[in-house]
This record gives sequence, C-alpha cells and structure tokens, in this order.
Amino acid sequence: MAINGRTKKKDIPEGLWLRCPGCEEMVFRKRVEENLHVCPECAYHFRVGARQRVAMLVDTDSFEEYLPNLMSPDPLGFGDRKSYIERLADAQRQTNLYDAAVVGRAYIRGRPVVLGAMDANFIMGSMGSVVGEKITAAIERATELGLPLVICCASGGARMMEGILSLAQMAKTSAALARFDQAGGLYIAVMTHPTTAGVLASFGSLGDIILAEPGAMIGFTGPRVIRQTMKQDLPEGFQTAEFMFEHGFVDRIVARRDLRSEIASLVDYCD
Amino acid sequence: MARACLEFEKPFAKFEEQIRQLERDQRSRNVDHSAEIRSIRHSLVAMIRNTYDALTPWEIVQVARHPDRPQTADYVAAFVKDFKELHGDRLFRDDQAVICGFGRIGGEKVAIVGHQKGRDTREKVACFFGCAHPEGYRKALRVMRLAEKFGLPVVTFIDTQGAYPGIGAEERGIADSIAVNLREMALLKVPIVGTVIGEGASGGYLGIGIADRLLMLQYAYCSVITPEGCAAILWRTAEKAPDAAEALHLTAAHLEACGVVDEIVPEPLGAAHRSPREMATTLERRIGRRLRELKRIPTDELLQQRYQKLRCVGVVVEADKH
Ligand SMILES: [Zn+2]
Repeated sequence: MAINGRTKKKDIPEGLWLRCPGCEEMVFRKRVEENLHVCPECAYHFRVGARQRVAMLVDTDSFEEYLPNLMSPDPLGFGDRKSYIERLADAQRQTNLYDAAVVGRAYIRGRPVVLGAMDANFIMGSMGSVVGEKITAAIERATELGLPLVICCASGGARMMEGILSLAQMAKTSAALARFDQAGGLYIAVMTHPTTAGVLASFGSLGDIILAEPGAMIGFTGPRVIRQTMKQDLPEGFQTAEFMFEHGFVDRIVARRDLRSEIASLVDYCD
Repeated sequence: MARACLEFEKPFAKFEEQIRQLERDQRSRNVDHSAEIRSIRHSLVAMIRNTYDALTPWEIVQVARHPDRPQTADYVAAFVKDFKELHGDRLFRDDQAVICGFGRIGGEKVAIVGHQKGRDTREKVACFFGCAHPEGYRKALRVMRLAEKFGLPVVTFIDTQGAYPGIGAEERGIADSIAVNLREMALLKVPIVGTVIGEGASGGYLGIGIADRLLMLQYAYCSVITPEGCAAILWRTAEKAPDAAEALHLTAAHLEACGVVDEIVPEPLGAAHRSPREMATTLERRIGRRLRELKRIPTDELLQQRYQKLRCVGVVVEADKH
C-alpha cells in the first residue's frame, strides 16, 4: 500500500532559487544541483530521480540498461478519481521514464555491479508489475553473472492500481533474492527518501548490508494510519533513517557524496 | 444466541422466523405444516442462492468479515487432531494474532500457522484483531523452520486486514519481519498449503502467505490493501470503499484468474458462517488432497515450481519503440 501522507513533492522547481525544506533558506538552484542535489547550507538531501541516481553512482558511460521499454498495460482497467492510464501517461511525461525503476549493469569505481534505482516521482515510486519484473530480472542477472547487487529504494509501497499483482511483486522479488543469497551474492540495499510499505517489507529490508541517506523517511505503515490507531502523537523523528538506525535496521547512514566510495569499499570486502 | 446479520441477509431471517413459528405450532397443537415448511424452505434456499450469486465485491468483503465466520482456531478445533500450540518468538513475546503449532490433518503430521482475529471483545483485543506484530511473523518463521527440520508440511490459514499499525511494530521492524518471511518461505524445504479463509490484505497477509498451493474460500477476499485504506488514499474518503472493492479485483475468481490462487473452495449455502461444520469438512478434504499431491513431488522440483509460480505473476508489455 502506498503511503502518501507526509511526503510532499520536494522536486526542485524551475527557477534560479529554491527554498530548502531543511533550513528554510533560499538557495541557489545550480549550487544544489552541482552538490548532488544536497543543500550546501544544511545538507538536506533533495529527492533525485532514477536516472540522476544512476548517473551519480556509476562510472561515466558504464551503465547498460536492462528492459528499458517495459511498461504497464493497466491490467485491471483501474480508475479512481483519475484513470490509471492517465496517471501512467502523466508520470511518463514528467519523469521521462516508462515506470518507477531503472535497472542495469554498471561499474562503480571500476567494480562491476548490477544496479537498480527507483524514482519517487513516478506515482510515488510505487511498485507494480513493471517495477517487480525489472527488480527481479536485475536480481536474476546478478545471480547468473555472480555480480554484487545494489538497489537504491525510493517508494511509497505496492501500487494500488494493479491490485494483488502489486502485492505479488513483494513475494517475487524476495524469492529471487533468496536464490541470490543462496548463491552467495552480495546485496547492498540503499534506502532513500521515501522507503516505505511494500518495498520496505520486501527487497528494501533484505540487504546483506543496508545503507540509508540521512533524513530519509523509512517505515512500513503510514504515519497518519498509526496516529489514528494509537490515538497519540508520534515520537520526534519517528520513521526516519536515524530512527531505523537507532533500532538496528540500518547498518550505516551515508551522506550522498560518500555513497559511491562506500559502495565500492563494501564490495571489496565481500567479493 | 442470535446470529449477527448482514444487511442483505435480513430477508432470510424473515423466512427463518416463519419456519420456526410453524414448527412451534406443529409441536404445541399437534398439526402438520410439513408441506408449507418445505415450500418456505425451498423459497429460502432459492433466495439465499440468488442473493449470494449476485453479491457485489463490497458485499463479499462483508461476508469475509462476518462476525460469525469461522476463524483459524475454529478450523483447528474442527479438524486438526492432537494440536500442540507453540508459543513465542524467543525474542520479545507471544503474539496471539498468529497461532502456530503441530497437529495432524487426516493422519498427516503438519505444522499449522494462521492469523487469529478473536471472537469476543476480550479475545479480539488479545489478538489485536488479527493484525500481527513483528513477533507474530517471527514466531511463524520459527515454527516453519521447525517444520522444515522435522520434515513436516506447513498448513497456513490467512485472515488479516494487515500488519499491526503501531509504534512498537515499527520500532521492532515489522517490515523486516515480513520481508524475511518472504525470503525464507521461498526456500523452505517442505510443502506449504495455504488457505485464505477470510481477509487476505496487504503485506500482513503475505508475511505468512507464500504457498505451493494457495486455496481461497469462495467468499474470502485478497487485496494489496483493504478497500477502506485504498479509498482513503485514492478517493480521499473511506466512504468510497465499495468503489475501491470493485476496482481492486479482490474476489476469488479474479485471484484465480491472475494465477495467485490455485483453487477456490466452495462455501456452504449462504457462506461459511451459516454452516461452519460443513465448511470445515470441505476444507479439511481439500487441504488433505493438496498435502497428498505435494508429498509426491521431490524437494528440488517443489522449490523450482514454487519459484516459477511466484516469478510469473504480473502483467507487463514492451512500449512501442520510437
Ligand atoms: Zn538547507
């Protein structure tokens, strides 16, 4: 189920300046972009799209994409206040992606890996059949090739518009990871803002090593639903990367600028 | 005790009351109403059948949640012999939202894992209304590993609206507990026969939901999220739950069509809650048949089939290349 409560759109709007949600200051857009979409004043980590994420992690021109043209045919003919077909078309136009994940083979500082990245701007980064299929294919390729696997999660959870098919992707990706694990593969999961619900409760949490970006929202059930059930306020910093770290579900909180080198050196320990 | 009555069941009650009156009259005045009773019974059966044939998805959700609908503990009591319940996750506490243990079904030794919602208020609170915490999923995994160690097939009963939405559940890693179960169940070296007996919603269902054969009772439902939850997000009001139930394609027929469910188990006339004993007899037979079928499959082959079954669910197409 997708969480869509607290996470407001934090894309970088057009224009020379933008207001940083972290420090509330107006910051020069170009400086943020040059700084891997991190606020130069307060280190607030802005959302990055799947392609930007790949670009900032891999060695130049080393990314070889798998299944780039996969898309959803709207298997249920789903519509709420808006039809799923329209939502898909809008998201495709906004992100220039066919769906919420990009997967492929790449080099990170000279180390070959299979890499996946999700895009929170594509229907909340939700997982339907396409995301499930791409992630599963990536895991299977990593298993065949004997390569480390890195997945950067950014998701509101299973995509409601594909009903049970979306839920089934949790089982599918996890089953593929079970085989990858059995074959001795290294999987590094990177939790970025937001990593929630069905993605957190499947491949998101199954990393041999789990890294998280500072301040990322990470949790299973949406805060609104928890507040309703518990009838009490949620603790300060609830469901953040830091909260998950404190409770033992994240190995390391890693700033975006260090992610490449962290992944490279972890791969060296586990090959 | 008066049976809880759904809106569309109310007309049945009228006929039932007529039958009771005629029967009382027969006894007290020693007259014969048997022809009339038979005729009303006929009409009642026809009415129930017609009503149930025409249920909307939202009405099916109501049936799946019927207060008198048999739960895991009822099926265990009905057909699991010598049940030895096993408690606790060895880490935090015993979560009563999940019942686990050893038992015999048709002479076959099995491990049982099932959600339990509870019947009366006290029991419901103790079971968190069937919404498990991490410790429930971890207890389930502990018992499934025991089953694997001793070569016992696993029989699961699914009946939940989802994992428990609470602070403690998040602090103790509810997502981790579900994810680990998905990974471990995918490679569990014993057969798994699952049945969705009522509600199968969200990751909370899936946390014990992987199976070699997944059965689903005729009026159970399975969904990525409860219709209310879906409506609250997409329609921005839980009142649109009936629309969400329709859109989510959550009925047994849909689940079978998309390859998630292997077999629909027919319910007695008017659904499981009207004849729990008949329901239990049917389910026992179907589970027994699946256990015998799976027993003949070598473990390697079983795991290969399980993977393919999970692997092939989903619908994707290639975009037209520009
Ligand atoms: Zn800032």
